[in-house]
Amino acid sequence: MGLDFSVVPAFYDRLLLGALWTIAITLSAAVLSFFGGILFAVIALYAPAIIRLPFKAFAWLFMGTPLLLQLFLIYFGLIEIGVDLPAFVAGVIGLGLHYAVYNSDIIQAGILAVDKGQYEGARTLGLSQFQTIRKIVIPQAVRAVIPPIGNNMIALLKDSALVSVIGVTELTLTSQLAISKTFRPFEFYIAAAVCYYVINLGLEAVLRRIEHKIQEAR
Amino acid sequence: MDFGLILRVYPYFLQAAVVTIQLSVLSIALGLACGSLGAAARLSRSKILRVVGASYVSVIRGTPALIQIFILYFGGPQVGIQLNAFEAGVIGLGINIGAYMTETIRGAIISVDKGQTEASRTLGMSRLQTMRKVILPQAARLMIRPLGVNINAQIKGTALVASISVVELTYTAQRYIGSTYKPFEMFFLAGAIYIVIIYVTGLGISFLDRKAALK
Repeated sequence: MGLDFSVVPAFYDRLLLGALWTIAITLSAAVLSFFGGILFAVIALYAPAIIRLPFKAFAWLFMGTPLLLQLFLIYFGLIEIGVDLPAFVAGVIGLGLHYAVYNSDIIQAGILAVDKGQYEGARTLGLSQFQTIRKIVIPQAVRAVIPPIGNNMIALLKDSALVSVIGVTELTLTSQLAISKTFRPFEFYIAAAVCYYVINLGLEAVLRRIEHKIQEAR
Repeated sequence: MDFGLILRVYPYFLQAAVVTIQLSVLSIALGLACGSLGAAARLSRSKILRVVGASYVSVIRGTPALIQIFILYFGGPQVGIQLNAFEAGVIGLGINIGAYMTETIRGAIISVDKGQTEASRTLGMSRLQTMRKVILPQAARLMIRPLGVNINAQIKGTALVASISVVELTYTAQRYIGSTYKPFEMFFLAGAIYIVIIYVTGLGISFLDRKAALK
């Protein structure tokens, strides 16, 4: 059986829809992982031990196990405790939590790198600890760590292919459905790879612009 | 938490862990080979080799590892490549991590001070001698930690081959979640084994790093 890429265009609209779902799941999970990362970083650095220690155990478990295993846990685990979420939501939560833990590590380093005088100055001026962290420390810390967080988002885009295994009809699962109709795996997986590559280039361009803007604002 | 169940099924998880370790070791070895070749190509004087090296890194890092494994395993037969799931897993994972290792190795080599190369060349050493006797011994020390990060990621990355039905840890966990409806127990059992494998590997890498450090 030779190669015949002429079967691909017939599925053009479906692949495009799959690509849009991939973008949607990546962006949703990226937003969740960004704000989740900030929240986790604040918990890891400032929360009382009774919250901090269980959280650290959770972070350690999430950093030491494969994303695929975590997706199974979230998808089937939520059903087990009686919460039946759509696969898309389970996928966003799984990807978002996984990368929130990684982002939290980076943001913690960013927070620790903010000059201590900033914190002391803000407190002296009468800001509460919460205000100081939210308005003075976090904005500076996050701005400094945007490039490594951007790298995580690029990794997140590629890992979004994994949610096909819990039944989200994004790009990977869409290609699998096309393959089950045409029996042409090589052609459709190459087509999917090309789509991912193009989305990846787009995401990189957006991230570069954001980094550039932040550099200018400094 | 049903500990009785965990005690009943853990031998199957240990068997699966052996497969995960085999996948990790073989794919990391292949990755190191691809990474060394890739770095050599990217640093070569030949423009063609540089373009080949850069394309390898860009294409592999720009597309999901899952799709690469699918192309190899499901698409391979169409272009005359017949591999079983384990072989496709090792080769796919190895080529994938090789692209990341290419950048790690290249990064370590170019971070060795340029004056070292200039001095060696001035002393009459050839390009190859300079690389082999002066640059690489220093770069090797610098690359142990970042390669450790790649290796850590790869051990978790072996879970991907569950999707082509290689009976490793994640596949086993998935199968037992399906048959017992106990996702938490299966997650903690498989997760604990992954963490042990990663922890022990991390100890090995720290040991190597300390050994290699300049006294």
